[in-house]
Parts: sequence; structure tokens; C-alpha cells
Amino acid sequence: MTMTCAETIAAYAFRSIGLGERMLPKTGFTLCEQFTLIGSGLIWNIYYGALALFAGFFLANALALAKSARSPWLRKPAEWFIFTFRGSPLFIQFFLGYQAFVLLPKSGIDLLGVTIHTDWLTKAWCGALVVLFLNTAAYSAEIFYGALRSVPKGDLEAADAYGITGFKRFRRILWPTMLRLGWPAYTNEAIFLFHATTLVFFSSFPAFRQQGDALYYASYFADKTYNPFIPYPIVGFYFICLTLTLTFAFNAVNKRLNRHLPSNQRARIRLRPQLIR
Amino acid sequence: MFSQCADPSTLSGFNWMLCYLTSGKHLLFYYSFGTVLILLAVTAPVALGFGFMGAIAARSHSRALSLLGKAYMLMVRGIPDIIFFMFFVIALDQAFETGLHYIRCPDWTEPIRTGLEFKVCPEAKIPPNSAPQIFHQIYGFALAVVTFAIVFGAFTANVLYGAMNAVPRAQLETAEAYGLSNRQVFRRILVPQMWVYALPGLSNLWLILIKATPLLFLLGVNDIVYWAQELGGSKTDSYAYPHDDWRLWYFLFLLAFYLAFTRVSEIVLGRLTARLSHGQATMAGEAMRKAAA
Repeated sequence: MTMTCAETIAAYAFRSIGLGERMLPKTGFTLCEQFTLIGSGLIWNIYYGALALFAGFFLANALALAKSARSPWLRKPAEWFIFTFRGSPLFIQFFLGYQAFVLLPKSGIDLLGVTIHTDWLTKAWCGALVVLFLNTAAYSAEIFYGALRSVPKGDLEAADAYGITGFKRFRRILWPTMLRLGWPAYTNEAIFLFHATTLVFFSSFPAFRQQGDALYYASYFADKTYNPFIPYPIVGFYFICLTLTLTFAFNAVNKRLNRHLPSNQRARIRLRPQLIR
Repeated sequence: MFSQCADPSTLSGFNWMLCYLTSGKHLLFYYSFGTVLILLAVTAPVALGFGFMGAIAARSHSRALSLLGKAYMLMVRGIPDIIFFMFFVIALDQAFETGLHYIRCPDWTEPIRTGLEFKVCPEAKIPPNSAPQIFHQIYGFALAVVTFAIVFGAFTANVLYGAMNAVPRAQLETAEAYGLSNRQVFRRILVPQMWVYALPGLSNLWLILIKATPLLFLLGVNDIVYWAQELGGSKTDSYAYPHDDWRLWYFLFLLAFYLAFTRVSEIVLGRLTARLSHGQATMAGEAMRKAAA
């Protein structure tokens, strides 16, 4: 029984989220099957990357502000949080996170009459997302903290002269400038966060019913065929496309953040390898 | 290790812990930290060499060489490095074995790849099937080291290429005006001066390299992650030292190890940066000059 490529796509395009054919291909392993299934796994990479990045952005802003606060009660915890997550391998963080989540009571935690479910945290879709969220928040916070420190003194003096103070000064002057200065580095962080999502199913988090990410399926094919020269280039191809899309999207935001500046002073986004965490 | 550890079932409290932590498997766990350090000690200079060659190739006037160098530098940018790790370990192994296969078994007629397997003649197996287990482990570790060196060499090439371009053009032109040949300019002016520009990037890479070492576990080496998994898992009464699932504690220990290693590296690299910035025409150098005056 051989399937045409269209049938293969129909059967496996959403295999990674549990739709379509239950069994993974066992023989043959056509190019079409490999392309479809690895592409299907990419759904998870995008899911983890996009959600962790979105949620991490808010925590990162809060952490950057806390780290630049004068009060040690705010500053010290933020410094320790950032150091812990930036100073240790993400791989170990996944292991540690999983072990900690498994120890939580299975029936959930009763808090003021509301039961908080904890079994989700031992599943990859939630537990790994939490770890990635905390990890990217720490890396982004360091970027935003650095940007906050390099906001030109003159900008703040000008704000003072206009009588802009307090939260208004932060929202109108400090925050936009911080974002603008930190954006090129943040673009890198976003790209490498998406790259880091490939670690999820290689750490402790089990893949439920063989529903994994792009690299999970690529290594499945490499294991079955003993041929690394087809599946790995395919997953590489998908990630190049993803990287280009991200660069394009972040460039658009960068243009908007820099729109008030003369063209020769605008910050350019340059890809810097920062890789594995 | 200690005489009182002969019969673990009679022990309790501190003695139990002492004997538990010095059991044979725990000693292997401690040695595996050595594996990590060896990996770092070998990979760092080799990757620096690869990176240096990559950067020189990318700067070369020869178009082919320059393209080759740039492709090497670019390869790590768009694709997650872990994919390279997974790929190179198998690909290198198969490449070596295929090469040996053609040299040692020229009369072999069966195809190497059948779609479902990779089969070379027994004489081309590395290490030979009959070799003791230790050789298999050493070969696996060597493959991992080469893989690390290739991937980190590409990062290093990026950093060094940038650093070479950051050396002020006027310095090189002055040297040329004094009649130094291209080679002399490169050796006496460019290379000595580029390090201060490369150091921030190289420091960053060193920290990344430290944090990449747990990936050895994925490459099939019995490293610290492997032993933490192995030792931490719950042990029933049939084991000499029964205990519950202690993996959380083992991983916390690994976390502490990495944090300490990172912190120490940061301090050392900070000192090194200060030393290299001394007297340089950079912002850091200028700040040091002003502080001294």
C-alpha cells in the first residue's frame, strides 16, 4: 500500500497534534513523508517559541525594571533570577523543571477552595513551556536592562525640563527608548529561543503518543533509516525559513521603533550567534 | 572505599551517606566531571583553530575560498546547533566507516545503504566489533569532541572575522606604508591587535560552550547528566543503598556546578579583558588611562 504525496500530507500534516493517521510510517520513508511529518512537528516549535516569547516579554520588562531599581529588595531577587537562568544550561533546567513538577501532588493543590491542577505541568505542552518562558524572560531581561542603562542622559533631562515625571516619563520616554535600543539584541534572543525549542523532547519531557517537534521526527527518521543526510537537512531547511520569517517580522517592528530618527542613525538588526543556552 | 562500608545494610545516618556517596558508581559520577573538563580542554583550542582558519578563508582574495569560509560561518546562524550535533555524530561515523570500507573491502558487492540500514564490511567497523567496551566509549567521545569543534569553530569564525575587521584600517595602512608585505601585516599587526576586539565574543562563546556540555548526554556519552539520571532514580531494597527518587537533588547539584563554573569563568575573563584593554585605543582602555591619571 503506497500513498500518493497528497494522501501523505492529508494523513500526517497534523500528526504532531494528534490528528490524522495514528501510526508513524514504518517502511519506505519517502521524501514526501519525511517533509510532511517533520513540517508537522514544526507546529510545536512555533507553539513553544511564540507563547514563551510573548509571555516572557512582559516578565522581562518587569525584571529589567526590578534589576535597575534602587531598593535591594527588588534588585537582588531579579539579579539572582537572571543569573540562575542565564548561568546554567537550558538542558539542565528542563530536567530540573520536570523532576520538580513530578513531585507536585497529583490531585492538585487546594488554594482558598480552588483546585489548581498540577498534572499539566508534567506534560511537555505546559511544563516545557513554563521552563522556556522563565528562561527567555531572564535572557530578555538582561538585554532590556542593558538597554535601559544606555538610554541617553539628555532624553531624561529633556523630560524633566518638560515636567514629565513618574510613570508618564517611563511610558513616554524611557520604555520606548529602551525597546528601540534593545531591539536588535532582542531579535537575536527571539531567533535563538525558537532554536532552543528543539531541546524540549530531548530532555525529560516525554512525547505523548509520539507527538513531537520537528527534530523529534527528524531523529525518528534518522534512527529508522540510518541515514542522517535526508531528515536533518529537511529540519534545517524548515528552521532557515522560520529564522527568515522572524527576522522579517522583527525588522518591521524595528523600523517602526526607529521611524522618528534620520535614516543614518537607525539601528540595524544583525544576526549574532548566541546559540545554545 | 572505607572499611565500614562493607555491609551497607547495617549503616545509618551520616555513615550511610558517607558510604553511599563514595560507592563505586558515585566515583564514576565524579570521574564524569573529568569527562566534561576534558571535552572543554580539547574543544576550546581546536574550535579556536577551526574558527581562525574559517575567518582567514572568509577574508581570502580567492573567491572559492572566501565563499567556503563564509558558508562555514553562516551555517550555524539559521539552523539550531543541536541539529548539527545530532547530524555530525552519525554523519562523521558513517563517513569514516565508508572510507575504510572502500579501502579494506574493495571486493564487497552488497550496497552500503539499503534504505533501512547502513552496512559496511566487518573490517571497516570503527572500533572493531571485538574491541573492548572502553574503545567504543573513547570513539564515541572522540566523535563528540570533533562535532563540538566543528560547530563551535563556526561560532568562533564569526567572532574572529568581526574582530579582524574591527582593527583600525589606519594601523594596517601604516604598516603597508612601511613596506611590510601582506603576510607580515597579517602576522605582526592584525593578529596581535585583533584579540582585544575578539575577547568579548570569545568570552561569550566560552560561557556558551560550558553550557553546551550537557549535550554530550544526547550524543551517547556517559556524562554527568547520564550519571545523575542513573544514580538519582529510585532504588528498591534489592540495591545496596535503597532510596526514593532523588533525581531532583542530583540535578540541583548539577545546576549549582554549572552556576559556579560560569561565575568563576566570568571573573577570570573579566580580569583578562582588563589586562588586554590596558593601553588599547578603545573605550575600556581610555577609561583605565583616566582612572590611573
